[in-house]
Amino acid sequence: MRGRKIFGGKVEGEALVSNEGISFYGGVDPDTGTVTEKGHPLEGQCITGKILVFPTGKGSTVGSYTIYRLKKNGKAPAAIINRECETVVAVGAIISEIPCVDKIDTEKIKTGEKLRVNADEGIVECVGK
Amino acid sequence: MELTKEQKEMLEGKHGNAVRKSMSILVALGEIYGAKRLIPVTSVQISGVSYDNLGDAGLEFLDEMAKDGKTRVKTTLNPAGMDMENWEALGIDPEFARKQKLVIEAFEKMGVEATCTCTPYFIGNKPNFGDHIAWGESSAVTYANSVLGAKTNKEGGPSSIASALTGFTAEYGLHLDENRRAQFVAEVKANIENPMLFGALGNVVGKLAKGRIPLITGIEKASTEDLKSLSASIVTYGGAPLFHIDGITPNRTEVPEEKVIVSQEDIDNAVKEMNDTGDVEFIFLGCPHCSIEELERISELLRGKKVKKELWIGVARPIKKIADEKGYSEIIEQSGAKFACDTCHVVAPLKGRFHSIATNSAKGIFYGRGKNNFKTMFRTLEECIQKAVGE
Repeated sequence: MRGRKIFGGKVEGEALVSNEGISFYGGVDPDTGTVTEKGHPLEGQCITGKILVFPTGKGSTVGSYTIYRLKKNGKAPAAIINRECETVVAVGAIISEIPCVDKIDTEKIKTGEKLRVNADEGIVECVGK
Repeated sequence: MELTKEQKEMLEGKHGNAVRKSMSILVALGEIYGAKRLIPVTSVQISGVSYDNLGDAGLEFLDEMAKDGKTRVKTTLNPAGMDMENWEALGIDPEFARKQKLVIEAFEKMGVEATCTCTPYFIGNKPNFGDHIAWGESSAVTYANSVLGAKTNKEGGPSSIASALTGFTAEYGLHLDENRRAQFVAEVKANIENPMLFGALGNVVGKLAKGRIPLITGIEKASTEDLKSLSASIVTYGGAPLFHIDGITPNRTEVPEEKVIVSQEDIDNAVKEMNDTGDVEFIFLGCPHCSIEELERISELLRGKKVKKELWIGVARPIKKIADEKGYSEIIEQSGAKFACDTCHVVAPLKGRFHSIATNSAKGIFYGRGKNNFKTMFRTLEECIQKAVGE
């Protein structure tokens, strides 16, 4: 799959997929990397080191700072894949230097798949289950 | 997106790490929103200043940007989480105060004027008609676009810093004239005559707008304070950060065909909806921060009286200094009311400290409920003072 680079970098890892948007401010614990938003499909799961796949970001612009804090705490996802990247996640990925690609059909990716992300070229490939 | 030689060098890191990071933010936003180029800005207002909203994450980011980042244009700050001098009197936790001071120090190191207000246009950060600027703080963005006729998108914390440290923003959205035209007419057939009612009007029109730009007709006159209140409210309740008022605001627009009537009943219902039942324990005036005229009015109403409830008055420190010289501050403080310079009830850590608020600000009602879980009372400035002194 080919999308658009938001922030570059190359990484491989396991996909963690949400079919709902993620609000990092108030929705993810920056100290543990755990999704805390009540009723969210990923509630209770840890995003650390995963290729985090979700349609789009939502919520307060302070969320960019939450992504940065995850990175500083060593709890950030290895990469972020969106269908449509909005400013909160885009700015968060840039200031935290997390590879990020959008314009990807996120519904085609399943949790647990092994992904190879070449964010410089905007390429996301599945390399195994 | 096409970059100039200077902009390319900034992106490559030739002007330091903070400028490189800033440029990568602006270029990415420009590409997401289809901008063709970056354009110079003349003024920046940075949002994301309260430690209550930033946390240690934001503070670390600011420290890193302050290592080699310096502002290239006039830059002012949004309210902080506390009065930077009088925080103890307002009951702020010392550890919170320590962290909030570190936030401000990082901004000062970058060369930002650490004035901490949502009304930068009252204290000398007042762009001219047609200027491209990069402002955060939705009420100030809306005032700048609508009342001053400057041009800005609603920036977040990191993107406003990026513009301050590079002097540029991406040319998209409200920087382009074709995106600044009115999209529907809101014809007002109601009595709108003070900042509180302009706030109620913002509630009604903002909800109707759903992100679109209104041309408001049927308003004969509006004071600076009225327009400040409308700017804060309309964007809080769902409007674009730009409105036109026929005969009052300076931007020219075509008249769209779609017309919606705003009736007296609509306004009355909005007022009713913003009022919960029961008494209040906390009164806040100055959302957005008070003008000197508002401080004069408050001092007239408080002269010789004592407040029986906690009354805070949010204001930019330079405006409070003018009030000191005019003698308003002494009258206000003798009543037992407290100045909350540099801050407000939206960004201060007040959750749990109070359970109910009275204010003349429709924006203040929204965040009092949403962020602090307050019961709310929506009244005029005069009625709020009456509440405070127990009349």
